[in-house]
Amino acid sequence: MIKRLLIANRGEIAVRVARTARRIGVHVIAVYSDTDDAAMHVAAADEAVHIGPEAASESYLNIEAVIAAARQTNADAIHPGYGFLSENALFAEACAQAGIRLVGPSAAAMRAMGDKAASKEVMGKAGVPLVPGYHGDEQDPDHLAAQAGEIGYPVLIKASAGGGGHGMRIVDSADDFADALASAQREAQGAFGNDKMLIEKYLTTPRHIEVQVFGDDHGHVVHLFERDCSLQRRYQKVVEEAPAPGMSAERRAEIGAVAVAAAQAIDYSGAGTVEFIVDAADGGANGAFYFMEMNTRLQVEHPVTEMITGLDLVEWQLRVADGESLPLSQDQIELKGHAIEARLYAEDPQRDFLPAPGHVVAFEHPGGGASVRVDTGVASGDDIAVAYDPMIAKVIAHGDDRDAAIAALDSALADLVCAGPTTNQAFLRRAVTHPAFVAAEIDTGFIDRHGDDLIGTAPEQAREALTSIAAHILAVRGEDERRRAAARGEANSPWAAADGWRANLRSREELRFRDGDEELAVGVLRSGTVTNLVLPDGTDAGLPAAPTPWRTFQHGHTLYAVQAGTQVRLDRIVPVEEAESRSGAAGGLNAPMPGKVVRVMVEAGDQVQQGQALMVLEAMKMEHAITAPGVGIVGELFHAEGDQVDEGAELLRLEPLDG
Amino acid sequence: MTVLKSSLDPRSELFTENTAAMQAVVDDLRDKARQIEQGGGERARERHLGRGKLLPRDRIDTLLDEGAPFLEFSQFAGWEMYEDVIPAGGILTGIGRVSGRECVIVVNDATVKGGTYYPVTVKKHLRAQEIARQNNLPCIYLVDSGGANLPQQDDVFPDRDHFGRIFYNQATMSSEGIPQIAAVMGSCTAGGAYVPAMSDEAIIVKDQGTIFLAGPPLVKAATGEIVSAEDLGGADVHTRISGVADHMADDDTHALSIVRRIVANLNRPKQVGVEMGEPRDPLYSAEELYGLVNADIRKPYDVREVIARIVDGSEFDEFKACYGDTLVTGVTRIHGYPVGIVANNGILFSESALKGAHFIELCSQRGIPLVFLQNISGFMVGQKYETGGIAKDGAKMVTAVACANVPKFTVIIGGSFGAGNYGMCGRAYSPRFLWMWPNARISVMGGPQAANVLAQVRRDNIEGRGETWSEDDEAAFKQPIEDQYEHQGHPYYASARLWDDGIIDPVDTRRVLGLGLSAALNAPIEETRFGVFRM
Repeated sequence: MIKRLLIANRGEIAVRVARTARRIGVHVIAVYSDTDDAAMHVAAADEAVHIGPEAASESYLNIEAVIAAARQTNADAIHPGYGFLSENALFAEACAQAGIRLVGPSAAAMRAMGDKAASKEVMGKAGVPLVPGYHGDEQDPDHLAAQAGEIGYPVLIKASAGGGGHGMRIVDSADDFADALASAQREAQGAFGNDKMLIEKYLTTPRHIEVQVFGDDHGHVVHLFERDCSLQRRYQKVVEEAPAPGMSAERRAEIGAVAVAAAQAIDYSGAGTVEFIVDAADGGANGAFYFMEMNTRLQVEHPVTEMITGLDLVEWQLRVADGESLPLSQDQIELKGHAIEARLYAEDPQRDFLPAPGHVVAFEHPGGGASVRVDTGVASGDDIAVAYDPMIAKVIAHGDDRDAAIAALDSALADLVCAGPTTNQAFLRRAVTHPAFVAAEIDTGFIDRHGDDLIGTAPEQAREALTSIAAHILAVRGEDERRRAAARGEANSPWAAADGWRANLRSREELRFRDGDEELAVGVLRSGTVTNLVLPDGTDAGLPAAPTPWRTFQHGHTLYAVQAGTQVRLDRIVPVEEAESRSGAAGGLNAPMPGKVVRVMVEAGDQVQQGQALMVLEAMKMEHAITAPGVGIVGELFHAEGDQVDEGAELLRLEPLDG
Repeated sequence: MTVLKSSLDPRSELFTENTAAMQAVVDDLRDKARQIEQGGGERARERHLGRGKLLPRDRIDTLLDEGAPFLEFSQFAGWEMYEDVIPAGGILTGIGRVSGRECVIVVNDATVKGGTYYPVTVKKHLRAQEIARQNNLPCIYLVDSGGANLPQQDDVFPDRDHFGRIFYNQATMSSEGIPQIAAVMGSCTAGGAYVPAMSDEAIIVKDQGTIFLAGPPLVKAATGEIVSAEDLGGADVHTRISGVADHMADDDTHALSIVRRIVANLNRPKQVGVEMGEPRDPLYSAEELYGLVNADIRKPYDVREVIARIVDGSEFDEFKACYGDTLVTGVTRIHGYPVGIVANNGILFSESALKGAHFIELCSQRGIPLVFLQNISGFMVGQKYETGGIAKDGAKMVTAVACANVPKFTVIIGGSFGAGNYGMCGRAYSPRFLWMWPNARISVMGGPQAANVLAQVRRDNIEGRGETWSEDDEAAFKQPIEDQYEHQGHPYYASARLWDDGIIDPVDTRRVLGLGLSAALNAPIEETRFGVFRM
């Protein structure tokens, strides 16, 4: 019986595993890196062990540190979550050596599925359908053309040693094959020094459908139906649902049986996922399916399966790891309704979904009801660190049918408040309400195809957002002033009025903001007790009456207005503070003491922020960081790493930013 | 506390007429204030901005805490006083919050005659320093001035209350622990050089500020030495070599940020030495003051209606309500600060003067600030009153007002004539602040009274010679006298000469008093020792 479970992960999955473990009476041990000491997953555990610095390679991926933490806390099992060490066979072996149960499959199963080519061979032998293709050594062009004909066009020519799209060609007909092959070979030769080619069937409208399987140590394997994960960007899933829309009961049974067979082929124990690619061009979800790979862990998107089956997969994992038999047999597992998950990421859809880490100023989410579930490891005030996955939360909605699930999900996404980093929240709302998505016209090209519809430009109603932000500043400022006045024993001192009063003149206050490279100003006009805001276009906007649909938040000088998944973010310009910071930056930076330059972190031309480390000096066996006194641009660097410098020596020069 | 009950009828014809009349003078006040706000005109402003400098009012906005009110003094200084147009007297002064502290701010306006000092400029600068000293407020000087206005040197340079007094004040205020901070944001020549030099801490703006006793032209004339202004007294020279200034700023905004930092680090907590109440708005709208105050200032109204629109919750605990009822006295609060109010409700009689003296004694003993609402045509005259000793009773009130050491505030809400001005804490009685409503008049007596007195004297002379004086001739004789009194008794004339600290919209009275009270409480309330009261 597992009594003490160490969770070798962080974020939402660590929180989620802890929830089930604690519910069934297991003592939970968290691990954390330097930056995660106050993270939600630490608070969610009974105890926590520090395992290293922020870099995952030195903490969450550090097998020795994790095993040591488990030993130190007398853990009898480790749950690896997903990612990090979850599919690492070495880790599985290290656990075995340490006598600690790993909640997951055997090292052998991990190895068998970890090697993509080898896994396909195993699956092929077990009768699992593979993408038709030619992987042979015979490279004669005519032979290859004949193979292509047999596979059926369109086909994909791929360099065997390939990667990154080099030496890859899609060929639509036999006429084009010879030329495409020749050019692909030339490219492969150039890129990899090897022009060996393989040929596969090319699916024009592939859908990513995967089957959740579960095995135990007693030879039982069941499936928990499929998930459709076709909405992907940057080759990563972003919206997942179960069941796959349009899949017939017969096909569901068929693909489920194949997945079970695949798991049985490797004596699989625990939670696993068999991923298929489905040729949606012919038959939609019921089109031909081919094995892609098998994931030997709990998937990110497992909650959709939980919501349609009413089961707790983590509980199953723990029971199986404990040596129990699967709690249910195949015919006892029922599919109820439809569930969809949307992954909320700190990323910028307008910049090709690049991660956009940052400070989470406010995070409020619906959930707790039967139809909506939000899994997260993030709370207001947390930072989305560069070092880790930028996922903020998973929002999962369940409904009697797909339309109901979509409606519930969209409504949950609209209600969710995430102020701070740029996120894909508005993108997700547009995606799940897009007519093509509603009509289940989905495949892995969905996001590219509908990009223009999904990736918004300037937030709508920015005008109201701007006035809400201005009103927020005025209100907060008024409250701050009154609080300070009260602290001085002068409650309501008329000096604390903060209304810009001028004798016989209009108050001429202006709130200035920076929006990217653009500067804008909102005028604040007052007459008696009436305040009017004047927008950058000169129009009079009044003062929005509270409450407006926009929620406003402030972090330092950055202001956020959020409404229904849309966020407007503006940086406040406070002239005296900018002047201070700008001025501090200009000029030379000198060595505070004699020492040796041990690191130079910047180059000439770099723009630096206030407080940013520029160089490190070592003196008296102590490291001393030279930091930027303000924002600026690095001008000349006078010393390189290894230089010995005297006290007062000019190390580098910072130029002020223009303006 | 007793709550005042208004019997004002906002639907009456009189109310409507009064409102229109007051609105007209307030509109005129705001129009002229807007002209004054422009400083030295479009071209001068553009030249100023072209040098990368901030305009004086923008310097104030940037310096103050965000959204902080600015209690500007004597906006109308110099108004129609000289042939030259000198908006605001060429210098802006006032109280504002900097880093959470009330400070007196003195800003030269270089767009007005290069910021040079006319006589009224000196007077305004000195008045601001006086306010700083009386109320224990740090002084911030934003210097951008060519020094004394040379053609006016005889009225600027030599006398006690002339240019030199500025530096005397700096030295003696500094000795009293009142911080003196200067930011040199333009030229600072000759006498002006002493403003930063006499300051506790000084900032100079790179490529803009210069400090020297004599500028390059004078140096060349005197010694033949040719030197640039920057090399003679620029920021680099003074912060690196001479030590005349302590901080070099990149630009105006940066200089102001340094001022803010200095003030933030002054380490002088404010100790409010009065018992604060919960501030509440008056029950009646201040806008109704327009309809209350009669367009003809000779027509009486109940001053309690004014009080009800100024004080917290319109509450007023009256003192000696049934005695000497032409003077209303009582205690209340404004923005939570306790005050004793002394307000005219007619001509002063012996009883009213005695009551006033008694009440002032009470407030002085209890450390309660005094607010005078002045609307007085004078003390009662005639045999009955002279023999009743009205002179000595008036003197008792004047003695009490003069000696009372609690903060005193005067608002002239109507007439300010004759000895009534003295008994009601006129300028000569050093109230911390004195403001005028735009409908007010101030003179030794009313215009018609003065004309009548002079006409009577003349008629007596003419008739004594056995001649006759026709009604028409008398009217023609009186008219210019009345005109002169009307002109010189007008708030613009008064404010131009700094007989007050500013003309205020009646609607702002409560706020202005509150700001003044709060500022005044930066200085501890002192004990009062009265002089001999003639019995």
